[in-house]
Amino acid sequence: MDRIKAILSLRGIGKRFYGNRVLSDVSFDVAAGQILGLVGENGAGKSTLMKILFSMPEIHETGGYEGSILWNDREVRFKGPSDALEAGIGMVHQEFSLIPGFSTTENIFLNRESLHKSVMTDIFGSRIRALDRENMTKLSQRAIDKLGVPLDPGMLVKEMPVGHKQFTEIVREISRDKVKLIVLDEPTAVLTESEAEVLLSSLRLLAAEGIAIIFISHRLREVVELCDWVVVLRDGKKVEEFPARGSSVKTIASLMVGREVETQEQAETRVYAEGKEEPPALSVERLWVDMPGETVRDVTFSVKKGEIFGIGGLAGQGKLGIPNGIMGLAPAGGTVALHGKPMRLGSPRTPLELGMAFVSEDRRDVGLLLDEGIDWNITFSAMQVQNKFLKPILGGLFQWRSDGEMFDFANEYIRLLDIKCTGPRQRVGNLSGGNQQKVCLAKAFALRPDVLFVSEPTRGIDVGAKFIVLETLKKYNSEYGTTIVIISSELEELRSVCRRIAVVYEGRIEGILPHTAPLSEFGILMAGAKDEGPKDESLEENLRNESLRNESLKNESPAAAVGRSER
Amino acid sequence: MGHIKRFAADFGLPRMIIAVYLLGLFLMAPMTGVSFSGALSDVFTRIGMNGILVLALVPMIQSGCGLNFGLSLGVIAGLLGATVSIEMGYVGVWGFVFAILASQAFGAIFGFGYGVLLNRVKGGEMMIATYVGFSSVMIMSIAWLALPFKSPVMIWGYGGEGLRTTISVEGFWRHILNDFLSFQLAGHKFPTGAILFFLLVSLVIWAFFHLKIGTAMTAVGSNPIYARASGIDINKMRIISVVISTMLGAMGIIVYQQSFGFIQLYDGPLYMAFPAVAAILIGGAGVNKASLTNVFLGVVLYQGILTMTPLIFNAVLKLDMSDVIRIIVSNGMILYALTRKTKVLK
Repeated sequence: MDRIKAILSLRGIGKRFYGNRVLSDVSFDVAAGQILGLVGENGAGKSTLMKILFSMPEIHETGGYEGSILWNDREVRFKGPSDALEAGIGMVHQEFSLIPGFSTTENIFLNRESLHKSVMTDIFGSRIRALDRENMTKLSQRAIDKLGVPLDPGMLVKEMPVGHKQFTEIVREISRDKVKLIVLDEPTAVLTESEAEVLLSSLRLLAAEGIAIIFISHRLREVVELCDWVVVLRDGKKVEEFPARGSSVKTIASLMVGREVETQEQAETRVYAEGKEEPPALSVERLWVDMPGETVRDVTFSVKKGEIFGIGGLAGQGKLGIPNGIMGLAPAGGTVALHGKPMRLGSPRTPLELGMAFVSEDRRDVGLLLDEGIDWNITFSAMQVQNKFLKPILGGLFQWRSDGEMFDFANEYIRLLDIKCTGPRQRVGNLSGGNQQKVCLAKAFALRPDVLFVSEPTRGIDVGAKFIVLETLKKYNSEYGTTIVIISSELEELRSVCRRIAVVYEGRIEGILPHTAPLSEFGILMAGAKDEGPKDESLEENLRNESLRNESLKNESPAAAVGRSER
Repeated sequence: MGHIKRFAADFGLPRMIIAVYLLGLFLMAPMTGVSFSGALSDVFTRIGMNGILVLALVPMIQSGCGLNFGLSLGVIAGLLGATVSIEMGYVGVWGFVFAILASQAFGAIFGFGYGVLLNRVKGGEMMIATYVGFSSVMIMSIAWLALPFKSPVMIWGYGGEGLRTTISVEGFWRHILNDFLSFQLAGHKFPTGAILFFLLVSLVIWAFFHLKIGTAMTAVGSNPIYARASGIDINKMRIISVVISTMLGAMGIIVYQQSFGFIQLYDGPLYMAFPAVAAILIGGAGVNKASLTNVFLGVVLYQGILTMTPLIFNAVLKLDMSDVIRIIVSNGMILYALTRKTKVLK
C-alpha cells in the first residue's frame, strides 16, 4: 500500500491556561479515510486539543497555543470555528447544538439554506429570499442516505430520540460539500448499543469515502473495533500511538491511567481494620440518586469500620452522586444503614446528626462561606448540629455563640493543617484553593465524624496541599478510627490511600478492586468493558513491541508512520 | 499616607464625602444664624424617629432576602396596632405599650405570609417585595374605610365611618418616648427616650445575631447551599428573618408616630421603605450583609443631611424652600444609595 498523505498534522501542540499547562508537545497525523481514536482520561487534554484545532474563542482569549497545525501540508491558523468549517473540518459536539423546534432538514442547513430567487430579492437583497424547501429536503435525504441511518428529514428535533439527534449532528457535518475531516467528541455516550452499532458502521462508510475521522470516546471497545490508529493522551502529553488492530481494551486502558507504579507506599499506612471482622460501619443497598450529570442508578456496597474506602470512575458516571445522595444534598432512594441502623434519606441534617460528615467536591458553592472568616467556616456545622462553641445563657433559654472558642479552635486547625492565612478571622474567599480545601477538611473534623465522605479532596489544589490533605485524612483515620470514603477521579490518589476501591460506571458499581490490582483492571472497569473476556497477555506483549517500534520510528516523518499502520 | 488610603478604602470615599459635607453643614450653622443646638436636637429627634425602621432591614439582608422594599407591610402592621390601641381608648404609657404589642401580633402574622411568599420567589425577592409593599398599601386603603372603627378621634367627621388620613396621637401617646428622661440642651429638647429605645432594640438585634439561630441566619444569607449542607432549614430561617423584619417595621412606625405626633394612614406607608433602604446603603450595607455599624452610620448620615441641608440653605438663601430641598436631597441620596449596593463596607 502506498504512503497515504496526511491531511492534518499536529506539530508540537501545547497550551497553558492561566499558568497551568494542560497540553504539551502533542503531535500526530490524520490521513484521508483514516479513523483515528483519541483516548485519555478526563482532563487528559482531548477537548482542549480539539478546541485548538477549531480555534475556539476561549483559546485566543487565554493566550493562544504553541506548535503548529498543518492542513493539507500548509500551516494554518484559523481565526475562529467558521474558518475551520470553511476549510472542511466538521465537529460533532458532546452537547447537542441543535434547535429543538426545527426539523432535521432545517437544522442541517441552518444558515446555508438553498434559496429561491425572485424579483423581491433583487430589490431588497438576499436576506428576504424564500427557502427552497424541496431542494433542502432532497439534499438532506441524500446526506442521510450517505450516513445510512434511519432519519426522517421532516421530524422536529425535540421529538427525536437522543440517538437521532446525534445522527442529525453528524449528517449536518457531512452534508457540507467540502468536508474532509470530522471530529466526533463522545458520539456514542448517549446512544444505545444498537444505535451505536449503526453509527459505527456508518462512520466506516464515511471513512471509505475518504473522509478522515477523529473519534474521541471513553468506550474503548468501540475504539478498538472502529479505529485504524489510536492516540493516547495522558496529563496533556501524548503517551503512545499505535494501530488499533492488535491492541486490546486492557492495554489502552492501562496506557490511559498510567504505568504500573510501585505500591510500597500503601503498605505502611495500613494500620486500621486489618483482618478484623467487624460489622460494616456503612452499608448502602440499591441506592439511586438524582443528581444532574452524576446520576446514580443502582449502587450497593458496604464499608467496614475504620476503613478508608475509595470510589473512582470517570466524570459523569455517577461517583459524585453517591455521597451527595447519602448526605441529603440530592434526591435519593434506597437503603443506607449506619452501623446496621437504616437511615432516612433526603435531609442533610439526618446524616450529620448521626455522625456523618461530608467534604464536598464543590468547595465554592457547597463547602464554604466565602464571605465569612475561617473560624466561622470551620465551626459552623459543628455549632449548628452538635451545639459546640455555644454557651447557654439565661438558664439555657438562649444559645450564645462563643466567638473566643471558635477563634481558638480555628487557630488550632490553622496550625495543624498549615493553612496559610493572616489569622482565623481572614475571609475564606481570599484563601488559595488548597487552603480553602484545608478549611473544608477542618470543618468536617470539627464534627468529629464517625463516617466521613471526602469528595475530590485534591481537585484544583497544588502538590504541597495535596500531600497535606491526604496525610491528614490518613492520620485522622488511624488516630480516631474514623471510617473514610474518598471519592476521586484520580486513581493514583485513591490507590495510595485506600485499600479497596470501587469503580463506578454508568451509575452502577462496576467492580471493587484491592489497591494492589493492576491499573489495567481499573481501566477496564472505568471504561465499562468488564466483559471483554480474559486478560490478553500476548496482545499486551504485542503492544509493547509496537510501541518500541514506534520509538524507533520517531525520527521518520509521522506521515510515514501513518502509512505504515495502513499496511 | 498608606494608612489614610487604607482607611479611605475601608470607609469608602463617597461615605467620607457625605460625612465631611454633614460636618460642614454643622460648622456653617452658627455663621448662617441657625441655632447649633437646635439643629443638633432636630437631628437626634429624626434619628430616634427613623432608627428602628432602618434596623428593621437588617434581619432580611442577613438571611439573604435582600433589601426589604416591602417594609410598608410592617408599617401597616404598626398602623393597625396604633389604631386598635386608640380605638380601645388606652392612653399614656399603656396606650403606647398596647399599640406596640398589638402591632407585633399583626407584624408576626403578616410577616409569616410575606416570608412564605418570598420563599417561593428566591432570586427575585426585592422585586416581589416592592410589589408586596405597594399592593398591601392599596388593599389597606380600602380596609381603612371598611374596618369597623368607632373612636370619634379617628373616623371621618362627616360620614361617621372610615378612618381619617391623618390621626393625631395628641392626648394618647404623643412624645411618650421623646419626653422620657429628656433634658434641655441649650434651650432645645434632647429626645433621650427615643434614642435609648433605639439603642435598646439595636442591642436586642445585636444579641440575636450572636445566638445560634442568628448565626445560622447569617450563614443562610452568606451561602444558602452551605447552610443547607450543614443541616439548616433555609426556608425556616428566611421566614423567621422576614417575620422579625416586619415586626421591627411595625414597632418602628409607632416610635415614628409618637415623635411625629400623627398616624398617617392610606398611602402614608408607601414612602417609608425607600428612605430606610437609602440610609442603610449609605451606611455601607450590601444586599446580603449588614451590620449595626451600617445602621448607625447610615441613620446619622442620612437623617443628618436631610435635616441640616434645608435648614442651612433656607438661612443662606433667605427663602423658604425647605420642602423642595428636602425632597431633592432625600431622593438624590436614595438614587445614589441604590446605585452603590455592590461593595460591603465596614
